[in-house]
Amino acid sequence: MANERRVVITGCGVATPFGVGVESLWDGLTSGKSGIRRIEAYDPGGFDSVLGAEVPELKTRDYIPKNYRKSVKVMARDIELAVACAYEAVKDAGLVTKCIIDRGESEGPVTICPTRFGANIGAGLICADIQELAGSLQTSGNHDTLEFDFKQWGQEGMTTLTPLWLLKFLPNMLGCHVTIVHDAQAPSNTITCGEASSHLAIGEAYRTIARGAADVCICGGAESKMNPMSVMRQQVMGRLVSGHDDTPDQACKPFGPDTDGMVAGEGGGLLILEELESAKARGARIYCEVAGFGAASKITSWHEPDPSGRALSLAIKNALADADLSPDQVNLLCTMGTGINRYDEGELAGIRTAFGDRKNIPAIANKGAVGMGGAGCGSIDLAATTMAMHHNTIPPSKNASSAQTGGLLQFAESDPVDARIDVAVSHAYSLSGAQTAAVVLRRYEA
Amino acid sequence: MSNQPQSRRRTVITGIGWVTPLGHEIETVWKRLLAGDSGVAKTTHFDASTFPSQFSSQVKDFDFAALLGDELAKRHETASLNSKFALVAAKNAWQSAGLNGFESLDTTRVGVYLGGGEGPLDFESVAAAAIGGWETEDGGSLNSVKWAEVARERLTHMMELEQDPNLAASHVAVLLGVEGPSFNTLTACAASTQAIGEATSIIRRGDADVMISGGAHSMIHPLGVTGFNRLTALSTRNDSVQTASRPFDRTRDGFVLGEGAAIVILEELEHARARGAKILAEVAGYGSTADAFRITDIHDQGRGAVAAMKLAVEDAGLQPSDIDYINAHGTSTEENDKIETLAIRTLFGDAKSAPPVSSIKSMMGHLIAAAGATELITCVLALRDGILPPTMNYQTPDPNCDLDYIPNEPRKADVKTALSNSFGFGGQNDTLVIRKFEG
Repeated sequence: MANERRVVITGCGVATPFGVGVESLWDGLTSGKSGIRRIEAYDPGGFDSVLGAEVPELKTRDYIPKNYRKSVKVMARDIELAVACAYEAVKDAGLVTKCIIDRGESEGPVTICPTRFGANIGAGLICADIQELAGSLQTSGNHDTLEFDFKQWGQEGMTTLTPLWLLKFLPNMLGCHVTIVHDAQAPSNTITCGEASSHLAIGEAYRTIARGAADVCICGGAESKMNPMSVMRQQVMGRLVSGHDDTPDQACKPFGPDTDGMVAGEGGGLLILEELESAKARGARIYCEVAGFGAASKITSWHEPDPSGRALSLAIKNALADADLSPDQVNLLCTMGTGINRYDEGELAGIRTAFGDRKNIPAIANKGAVGMGGAGCGSIDLAATTMAMHHNTIPPSKNASSAQTGGLLQFAESDPVDARIDVAVSHAYSLSGAQTAAVVLRRYEA
Repeated sequence: MSNQPQSRRRTVITGIGWVTPLGHEIETVWKRLLAGDSGVAKTTHFDASTFPSQFSSQVKDFDFAALLGDELAKRHETASLNSKFALVAAKNAWQSAGLNGFESLDTTRVGVYLGGGEGPLDFESVAAAAIGGWETEDGGSLNSVKWAEVARERLTHMMELEQDPNLAASHVAVLLGVEGPSFNTLTACAASTQAIGEATSIIRRGDADVMISGGAHSMIHPLGVTGFNRLTALSTRNDSVQTASRPFDRTRDGFVLGEGAAIVILEELEHARARGAKILAEVAGYGSTADAFRITDIHDQGRGAVAAMKLAVEDAGLQPSDIDYINAHGTSTEENDKIETLAIRTLFGDAKSAPPVSSIKSMMGHLIAAAGATELITCVLALRDGILPPTMNYQTPDPNCDLDYIPNEPRKADVKTALSNSFGFGGQNDTLVIRKFEG
């Protein structure tokens, strides 16, 4: 819509298996590293795969004011990831927020009026810390029959859980902690659509700014699957790769086919989306423009991929139409490339439908390097896409083979490739459920 | 602001459906709300007989096959309870909108935006793994290898899948074959109000012509009740369960957990007119804010709540004095009811200037993510029939709660506009304003 306010990306904050901060992601991707290793958060010995993609050395206190440190004890890992990403994004954008002032890094004033500063953060199904929960549940269990005694639990057992226990695991707590720490009082939403969450959240933040309900939004998503419960859930749903415990950097191959499965991970990304005039007025560095957003729903099944990839093709089509661009103008496509063959086949079919006759579409696929972190993985993809456009470089896609896509996609297979990128599309869909979304980024031209 | 009310696409409500603790049909439930009936009883989903709160507001007589039809019920039989609630409510809303079998519908222009809760945990399996994985030596710790042995045997693909909060929206998209934008938000108790507000924005902008919106949730499961009991958020009035939810009454001691689903069909006005749809009301305004204050407390001056209401009224192109009725969040907790009252007073200047306010949570209990949509449908019916539902169990005035709460009896009133509030844990504030459709 020509008369709408324009929206640009002015900051990226990520937490990935390569570390915290967008430089570590870009360095990891361009140097062809793998973030996949044996899981250290717990002993993964009893699972089909011991592999994971963990964010190393996350110290939440580095990303919050001193007076907020006591709140860390009510933060699930997912929330800690979001809080770290938020700080990184704000710093990368050069914004002064309450957090930055409270940490003594600026004397103020804040850059953005709090009532014009919104948040739209995708979250997963946050798993209770199983160590903590099991410690409580076992007080009311029969250790021979494994039966649970509800009466014992109601009388005494539940009191072993800390009173604020529930608040650690509500999905909107990512957004709540971030909005409190940075004092963002405009619309705040929490999208919970699995792996599509980040794209949907960023799309909605884009709409929120365009319609005038906020000038700046911190948006994206974060999730950790690096706990026994989350990994077991992926295992029983038949998504984990197995047989690669000794070759972690070969474990996940987007678009296969000689491996079949994903590596569970964790991470997140939050972007600063900003209304163009606001960004210009403060002299912000503009990475690129958010030019279009599209979403669609699968209707063939809520639990199996659609081999035709129709919803994905609709989402891409809608996003390009929104940006007033044609498929021929796209010079980078960031794929989802899970490594799970039945999903990846549907994705290729959807791309083929959306892009018609095109061949060798320049593409990236990041899951072979960073694993599948759920609600946060889409914003890691969008941060990588933003960096690719910013650096005029297509990073290599770990373990992805162009040949495997039948000439549809062209990955940089070992070294980064120089390329001017004017238009990029990144898409995602939920592995469970039906949600699909695509975001179009465009080189910023005044 | 780019969104001037006179130039934007207008959004109307053309269908409604719900599954609630008071029944599954629109008119039956509405009659019961006006009669002041309670849906609260002893909890039967699990043995809560020693819990601090032994009662809740469960959905009763829910025969999924009869309500959805045998064939569809079989297709969706693995759905979790909250998804099943959503399926039935969506089917009924779709039918009431006259969209069932409507052939010229462009399904790519019809989306879904729910405030759906997570599916209930496979609790006994999770507990068994926790017990089986526990090592008692050295003060006790979880052995994840032993845990995994039990977990892999007991957890099942379809039950784990159903825990994802986007599943209800996904089931609904498959049921009705709609391919437009699909979202799920989970902003705690504000979720379905936020969903309807955002779905309205999607229609206004032109990304869809019809949105199926609302919410579905059940937290009446062992860890849900445990979590709220540990927060001391629930009423523990086990000796008088049907009067336990008493919003704005001085003796209130917490909310009563409920469950269910409520779905509205939102439609762009010209789309609705072109097919001759019956228009139930117009969604006129939406406001959304964050308190950005504390995760455990509402802002003590209701800052975010005032701002959300103000934004919604402005978005509707109205003044506060134009609002005829407020359907309160009114949870029956000490803090919410006091601060919501303060916020309403602030918006209207003083208590006397505020319109009548009521909370149907006094009868329904608190449906968490589904609460807001249930309450919005109630507003639609209040506008339609010119009658306001009461706040039941209101006996003892609280000096901090000094509004007109429509105590214990429904009231006839010529209402043209209604405002519905939902506030979520962590400071999520969402407000919708609807008005009678008058061309």
